[in-house]
Amino acid sequence: MTVPYDQALSEFEAVIGLETHVELGTAAKMFCGCDTSFGAEPNTHTCPVCLGLPGALPVVNAQAIESTIRIGLALHCDIAAWCRFARKNYFYPDMPKNFQTSQYDEPLCTGGYLDVDVPGEDGTPEVVRVPIERVHLEEDTGKSLHVGGATGRIHGASHSLVDYNRAGIPLVEIVTRPVVGTGPRAAEVARAYVAELRDVLRGLGVSDVRMEQGSLRCDVNVSLNRPGQPWGTRSETKNVNSLRSVERAVRSEVERQAARLRDGERIVQETRHFHEDTGLSTPGRSKEEATDYRYFPEPDLAPVAPDPAWVAELRAALPDPPSVRRKRLTAELGLSARDSAAMVNAGVLDLVLATVEAGAPAAEARNMWLGPLAQAANTRGVEAADLPVAPAQVARVVELVSSGALTAGLARQVVDGVLAGEGEPDDVVAGRGLAVVSDEGALGEAVDAALAAQPAVAEKVRAGKVQAVGALVGAVMKATRGQADAPVVRRLLLERLGVEG
Amino acid sequence: MPEITREEVAHLARLSRLALDDAELDGLAAQLDVILAAVAQISQVTDAADVPPTTHAVPLENVTRPDVVRPSLRREDVLAGAPAAEDGRFRVPRILDDSA
Repeated sequence: MTVPYDQALSEFEAVIGLETHVELGTAAKMFCGCDTSFGAEPNTHTCPVCLGLPGALPVVNAQAIESTIRIGLALHCDIAAWCRFARKNYFYPDMPKNFQTSQYDEPLCTGGYLDVDVPGEDGTPEVVRVPIERVHLEEDTGKSLHVGGATGRIHGASHSLVDYNRAGIPLVEIVTRPVVGTGPRAAEVARAYVAELRDVLRGLGVSDVRMEQGSLRCDVNVSLNRPGQPWGTRSETKNVNSLRSVERAVRSEVERQAARLRDGERIVQETRHFHEDTGLSTPGRSKEEATDYRYFPEPDLAPVAPDPAWVAELRAALPDPPSVRRKRLTAELGLSARDSAAMVNAGVLDLVLATVEAGAPAAEARNMWLGPLAQAANTRGVEAADLPVAPAQVARVVELVSSGALTAGLARQVVDGVLAGEGEPDDVVAGRGLAVVSDEGALGEAVDAALAAQPAVAEKVRAGKVQAVGALVGAVMKATRGQADAPVVRRLLLERLGVEG
Repeated sequence: MPEITREEVAHLARLSRLALDDAELDGLAAQLDVILAAVAQISQVTDAADVPPTTHAVPLENVTRPDVVRPSLRREDVLAGAPAAEDGRFRVPRILDDSA
């Protein structure tokens, strides 16, 4: 049983909290020199340090410290003058060391905030300030493949197979303080926060923030209380890996908890797992068995003491925050307010701007994101930003079109290929054989075939009805699966028919 | 007042996935108590002398390495040390009890 979201939030107040994990885009891992590239053969990016072999000595990646401090500064945090790493001890096969190197009571950054725009009741944007508790640095875990149960589920599996390529990749955890007073917009605020945070991180260039590849992941905490009453018991929903899911996870949890509370039942403090397919969560392991991590300071690593002068330099060199950058770029590009609003509504403004920054003209960037890519996002039921394509790749497709290497139709196929995981745009062009055919010899055969197949049309054109040639061009395009250079085809047809274009 | 109780040792054993029987728990609790009592003596001295706690033998800070990729181990070598492997991955026993 659930209570509809709007009704639930008219009876109860929601307190939400978000823990976001971000894989940093360093070349090497956090404590060793192993490659961090995504998609390598399993266990080919491992070494004695990240496998936790005896005698290995971890050393901190300087770039990861710098990136974390920059994230903290962008979120208006205080940067610790001195802090340490800690061992978080637990036995689970995703960490070969039986502990995760993390930070405990001495995080690198503390106490900041992020302002996010949320549509108010009359539709105009309102700023909601989300308080940040801490930003700390740790390492990612390995990836498990569960065998023998229902498709990939850990429940009922006979055994698991582990790949440690991801183990030891620098991971930044950004934790909000409890966010209160969001009224009927708890889910919208949660989503807007993650979206804005992602834009901040992208602007800093510290991570590729690809939610679908797991480089940005969210845990969502929700509790409900009646107005004037103390906060309720919270649940923590894990596995929330798209913007849309952040919103859905909050909504479904508000609806579930409201129904229980209405019936006079208690909320159990637990970890819940979010399922992308249904938008619902199911209970995971109960909290009471898990929380004794016996943290202690990591003896193999020296403390981190950022030089205040260096921190000041990093602060001075921060890029504009996304809100300022958006305003500046929309002004520079001469985008109309209506255009900007359309792009904001489709969730593509930042993507368009990033595509422009990657070299594409504004109009083409806009057309790609509001056209084929918005459609693809719609078909897949995800945000455009969650599509597995980067602005730089879109810019490359635009470049291929403007250089004449691709037609608009072919560009669409290249985009489809990139979305299907066939690699970079140039890989897709080569892999699918999508180059525009403008070679007159190669086109001649199709041109002759079209003329032979439609003698009546050919006669019309000869008689002076030049626009009828369109049907013949169409036939050639079809025969060449859209790869022919249409102006060249038209010229060849008219030449053969002895007509002046 | 002992430094560590039998219950605490049993708890730590469970967290460490060590199966200890009653006799082992009794013996280990007594031995750990002696060890911790010895460490506590050091604490008395350092407390009196106002020595701050330390986690490192040498007073180093900011020991870092540049963000440069270095070669990893060969996968055959990595998996050669594993009790079981399958499809290039470490094979581990079932993680959850079916009762869970």
